[in-house]
Amino acid sequence: MEQHAEVLIGRPWHQRVPTWRDAVATLLMVAVVILLGSGARQMIAPFVTAQQPAISLSPAALPVYAIRTTLRMLAALAASLIFTFIYATPAAKSRRAETVLIPLLDVLQSVPVLGYLSFTVVFFVSLFPGTALGPELAAIFAIFTAQAWNMAFSFYQSLITIPADLDEASRGFRFSGWQRFWRLEVPFAMPGLIWNMMMSMSGGWFFVVASEAISVGSIQMTLPGIGSYVALAIQQRDLAAVGWAIVAMTITILIYDQLLFRPLVAWADKFRFEQTAAIVVPRSWVLDLFRGARFLRFLVEPAGLAVQAGLRARLALPRKPRWLPVFALSRRAADFAWFAFLLACLAYVGWKLVQFAEPVLSWADVTIAVSNGVLTLLRVVVLITLATVVWVPIGVGVGLRPKLAEKVQPIAQFLAAFPANLLFPVAVFLIVKYALDPRIWLSPLMILGTQWYILFNVIAGASAFPTDFREAASSFRIRGWRWWRQVMLPGIFPYYVTGAITASGGAWNASIVSEAVNWGPTKLNGSGLGAYIAQMTEAGDYPRIALGVAVMSVFVITMNRLLWRPLYAFAQRRTRLD
Amino acid sequence: MDREPNNPVIEMRKVCKAFAKPSGEPLAVLADIDLSLPEGEILGLLGRSGSGKSTLLRIAGGLVRPTSGEVLYRGQPLSEPAEGIAVVFQSFALFPWLTVLENVEAGLDALGLAHDEARRRAMSAIDLIGLDGFQSAYPRELSGGMRQRVGFARAIVIEPVLLLMDEPFSALDVLTAETLRTDFLDLWIERQLPTKSVLLVTHNIEEAVMMCDRILVLSTNPGRIAAEIPVPLAHPRNRLDGEFHSIVDEFYSILTSRTTESIGAQRKIHGGLAQPLPPVTTNRLAGFIEALASPPYQGRAELATIAGTLALDIGELFPIAEALHILEFAELQEGAIKLTAAGRVFAQSGTEERKRLFSEHLLQFVPLAAHIHHVLTEREGHLAPIVRFESELEDHLNPSDTEKTLRAVIGWGRYAELFTYDGETRTFSARNGSAT
Repeated sequence: MEQHAEVLIGRPWHQRVPTWRDAVATLLMVAVVILLGSGARQMIAPFVTAQQPAISLSPAALPVYAIRTTLRMLAALAASLIFTFIYATPAAKSRRAETVLIPLLDVLQSVPVLGYLSFTVVFFVSLFPGTALGPELAAIFAIFTAQAWNMAFSFYQSLITIPADLDEASRGFRFSGWQRFWRLEVPFAMPGLIWNMMMSMSGGWFFVVASEAISVGSIQMTLPGIGSYVALAIQQRDLAAVGWAIVAMTITILIYDQLLFRPLVAWADKFRFEQTAAIVVPRSWVLDLFRGARFLRFLVEPAGLAVQAGLRARLALPRKPRWLPVFALSRRAADFAWFAFLLACLAYVGWKLVQFAEPVLSWADVTIAVSNGVLTLLRVVVLITLATVVWVPIGVGVGLRPKLAEKVQPIAQFLAAFPANLLFPVAVFLIVKYALDPRIWLSPLMILGTQWYILFNVIAGASAFPTDFREAASSFRIRGWRWWRQVMLPGIFPYYVTGAITASGGAWNASIVSEAVNWGPTKLNGSGLGAYIAQMTEAGDYPRIALGVAVMSVFVITMNRLLWRPLYAFAQRRTRLD
Repeated sequence: MDREPNNPVIEMRKVCKAFAKPSGEPLAVLADIDLSLPEGEILGLLGRSGSGKSTLLRIAGGLVRPTSGEVLYRGQPLSEPAEGIAVVFQSFALFPWLTVLENVEAGLDALGLAHDEARRRAMSAIDLIGLDGFQSAYPRELSGGMRQRVGFARAIVIEPVLLLMDEPFSALDVLTAETLRTDFLDLWIERQLPTKSVLLVTHNIEEAVMMCDRILVLSTNPGRIAAEIPVPLAHPRNRLDGEFHSIVDEFYSILTSRTTESIGAQRKIHGGLAQPLPPVTTNRLAGFIEALASPPYQGRAELATIAGTLALDIGELFPIAEALHILEFAELQEGAIKLTAAGRVFAQSGTEERKRLFSEHLLQFVPLAAHIHHVLTEREGHLAPIVRFESELEDHLNPSDTEKTLRAVIGWGRYAELFTYDGETRTFSARNGSAT
């Protein structure tokens, strides 16, 4: 709760009369609570794998499906936030925990989420037999795995870059760990965290659609939602229903952007660390509405104060009593013990894996998976190159025209958030109709959703390009190719790299749903590692799913280490002026 | 508030602080610091950057632990931030996401006060420090002076016994700094603050003489207490006062003699190769030489005077003076600086002539520059990685001095056209047409 000091220090009460703002804000709040509540109730309804609720293709059913899908997203986002706080905090504070948690996070981030969906579904369904909670949790977990890692990374990054003076000030005030967390660490990390939550949410739509209707071997699972609606539409070759789903998705994304993220971004502006006043202050009508609704604020003020008091309470752990014997181990010895322990764990896990894989997998399987991986790698490289050639000039053109950029930027961000897999049926329909080669024409689907990251990052880079550099370039009459090479491309390079990293990571992930697609009984197989994993999932062949996922992770990690990280470091070094 | 002059608030005995060098060896930053700060005193710590004065302040605040030695706060050993000690930071260190009022209240969080009590105390601190009307503003909406007022309000709201001030005015412009200093001194003299003693770190001599009852001068590498000077002037003090002036002059002569001594001593170690160089740009050096050569100085100036006219504080003035002394374009003597014959020629010359002269002096008086030049001429390809010289220097200097020294020698070498340096590949190269 945002507290304005003048209200609290005893100004007159005359503004606390309900106004139209209160009415609208209350209405909005109640509506959201009721809608989400009704969706939540159905989540714990009985659920029998054999007789699942029938999905209706009527457009009238879509609002309810949209709410249930959104609810899964929000639940996963909440889980991701809690995970972020619990995981990233020790990683930033303990050197030894850091040596395990951060590389682990790096790997988790690179593992294709859709690949291990099959494992988690089985796990959660067996955890809550007989209720819808199992499959629901499985879906939520799938979304969670698409959202959590980058948020945790962002939080960790913020924690290790806390400015020394604020750290000293907090220590000087003798904040307890709890107070320090809410007073210093969370606020400092807030802007990065919110930005990453938005990115996560965008990524999540893609997976929510893929995870609502899933079949692993003999287990068939359908949860009411936009994803299963589309799955059914594909099964029945109903292009009109696909169209309705796209409309419903568009409206849903626009609504949550207005109701959730815009207010959040506008509110989080105060957490910016730069001491200068912002030129463009982000605004949100929803936030303005609630800030203006003074009567409502007056009503919820006690709750706000209670939360504040809770966050400001010391809640310190009792100090270690002096009489307790200190278990003293020299730093070096402790390090040694720790790493020996890690090595033992690693060896044990490795041995278990070999035991699991040996009877069923042969080197031929590895060869097949790797060669499929090479094919997918080729696709990713070609597609990223194509997207770069197309979107970089367009992005620069848009970014240099502030008026245009203002209009195009939200559209690009919307397109990035839009789950591109909803569009797959349209593409498949066309491929079938014109009898095109699926190995070539299925490929663009991989980048359909993620190319926008390149576009909007380049637009952001071009908009942020200093005007004096541009003026200098034009006064020296630098034009044409030289202008691109010496002025513009270096200027947008760091932004481009950021966008391309996201786009390429997304493309790998998307390959699992885009390399093998169905349209009714027609099956198109473009081959590649994604298609391999999809096929094995359908067959319920766990060792080979695991193999496919592992090979893909290795490809992604290698690409990150050998290409993107050096490029990123180069961009950081080269384009800094200080 | 009672201040009992015989009660030490903080005492240090044989305090040393060392940081680990990359090679693992310890590098002393502070050595054998003995000090005692009685109630009722404002004690100044004056020194150049790198003298460890900020580290010393953090040790007094319990923020940094000494490597050895004893710190007593009101007679009790101090090992972590204690109740009753507050710090005012050079960079203000305000939480940008909290309003002025919330920032001041944040200082009280650790005390676990009731909400109303906290608010009452915060409001009275805000009132006392002259921030009335700014309670609901965020720090970024405030000017530097107002921000530091928040810094002060946040420190005094906890009613500190000991107030630690780390160059609190140095990020402010001259006029604002003066206003804040006077306001603070007024509160101190009128005993409106609960604070019993103040430790002030500064590199501004006049500020120290203006505010402190006693001033400790720290030497560099490692920081030791080089001199202790009482300031027996009554408040309010006047800068134009003769006595004020003579104390300021005394500081300048102490600092110049320490500088020349340390330059002399460094030249004897390791052939002078590890002489720390102040990273002053050649533009500044040339500008200073020109100012010194022209009227009214005609080649010789009191440091106190020229610091005033050129608006340089000692953090800026001494590096310039030291560089000129090392390069033998000028000579430091008892609080004054005097151009040498070469310095006068330099002032009269054109660009090419200046570069030639500078390059001669660089080779002759800066062994490190001569060494780099020699290595580059000897080597095939005329290239040498900076790491090579870095490791040579780090045997004798701390990492920050090594970095500064190399930065200085790169800048000077480039100007003298002796050699050049590629930041991308981190290599030196001889200056033979391959200029970047």
